[in-house]
Amino acid sequence: MIRRGLISVILLLSFGASHAGVLPDDRADVLYHLYDGGGVEIDGPSVLVRKKAGKSMSFVGNYYVDMISSASIDVITTASPYTEERTQWSLGMDYLRGNTTMRVGYTNSVESDFNANSYAFSVSQDMFGDLTTLTLSYGLGDDLVRSSVDENFEEPLDRQIYGLGITQILTKNLISTINVETVTEEGYLNNPYRVVRYADPLSATGYSFEPELYPNTRTSNAVGLRARYFLPYRAAIEGEYRYFTDTWNIESHTAALTYIHPWRDWTFTGKFRYYDQTGAHFYRDLFARAQETNFRGRDKELSPLTSYTLKLQAAYEFISDDGTKAWGFVKRAKVTASLNVLSVDYHDFSDLTAQAPVGEEPLYQLDANIFQIYVSFFY
Amino acid sequence: MAKKISRISRLLLAALVVAGLSGCGNIEPWVKPYERDQLADPIMALDGDPVSTAYIQHVYEAREGAKGGEGAVGGGCGCN
Repeated sequence: MIRRGLISVILLLSFGASHAGVLPDDRADVLYHLYDGGGVEIDGPSVLVRKKAGKSMSFVGNYYVDMISSASIDVITTASPYTEERTQWSLGMDYLRGNTTMRVGYTNSVESDFNANSYAFSVSQDMFGDLTTLTLSYGLGDDLVRSSVDENFEEPLDRQIYGLGITQILTKNLISTINVETVTEEGYLNNPYRVVRYADPLSATGYSFEPELYPNTRTSNAVGLRARYFLPYRAAIEGEYRYFTDTWNIESHTAALTYIHPWRDWTFTGKFRYYDQTGAHFYRDLFARAQETNFRGRDKELSPLTSYTLKLQAAYEFISDDGTKAWGFVKRAKVTASLNVLSVDYHDFSDLTAQAPVGEEPLYQLDANIFQIYVSFFY
Repeated sequence: MAKKISRISRLLLAALVVAGLSGCGNIEPWVKPYERDQLADPIMALDGDPVSTAYIQHVYEAREGAKGGEGAVGGGCGCN
């Protein structure tokens, strides 16, 4: 079950970062992705096709697959390695009228033990001589959590996402954007397989496990700022910052710096991203006893942590936009390869595979390589 | 005295709001359409690779506790 992480997909694939007064370019992307780290390997394809219909409508479709082979630290300490597949498809439509663009989107994600349906709607308006774009968005998630070890287990999870975005041209070489997003979730927010650890003097290891128990509501708020600047020698630099807080007492800061450098038919991108969060109020690496608190969690993603990502990317434009069309319809095409090297330091999550007395285990640390290669056609 | 200052500041605020609203219709774009060639360069696209961006944000949301606020709602530069 890898249900986390669908929110960006719901809105991004449906909407993207598009202009209010201009329909997005027709394009097709074929991507292969590979995540390898912490005993987990996930790979698969993603295909996106976007096409205008007339002057006021544009349709987009995306098909995405995750093939997972997991022997993560959670799995090897409390369960058995497994393989899993998640299939997701999305459909969206943009409708342009004057300086206003309305968008609707639908995403369905299916795993053997999890089914997610998401609906999204947004309105964008260009203002002040097209210097400002205001976007309001709303998303609705309707999920169903099941368990592969208990066929009678079935719990709902509902989600609502409210977004406000402003993109502002500040000067002839500086563009900025601010996005505010509130997410409310209600329902089964646990993972039905995950357990927490508590001190148990009767156990040979000094600890035992019991099922985790989360609150059934969560509300989060995030505000993100980005600014991209065109450098005088034709290159671009971008700074990003995001602040996040939620009702589980997680507070996080994200900062990133990106540099983009074109050279002949190539475009090179380098990015460094820093992320830091506090832990959820019900998170413990080791509870003092069974059922010590009303809510209990030992999900390492809810522990205090700091992560660092270095991204290196190269894109090669093999069909340039010179006014002619290759194969009768392709105006421009490029192939892109990117590598993200992710490193996560957990500040309160022990590595139980280490041989150490209970409570004195070393902290866990995760390194992952995330590789993507994709071809993009613009027509 | 404090009451008077409070009333004055409210009047000032109201005047500013009215002035601001009445000015909305008259805002002159300070970056003219013909000055947006640099903003229209593909290297200035805030999301030129939507499939890749959605994928990497999905990875972050799976590996970290935070989500949202990273530009899913988008926006544009009106420079085409």
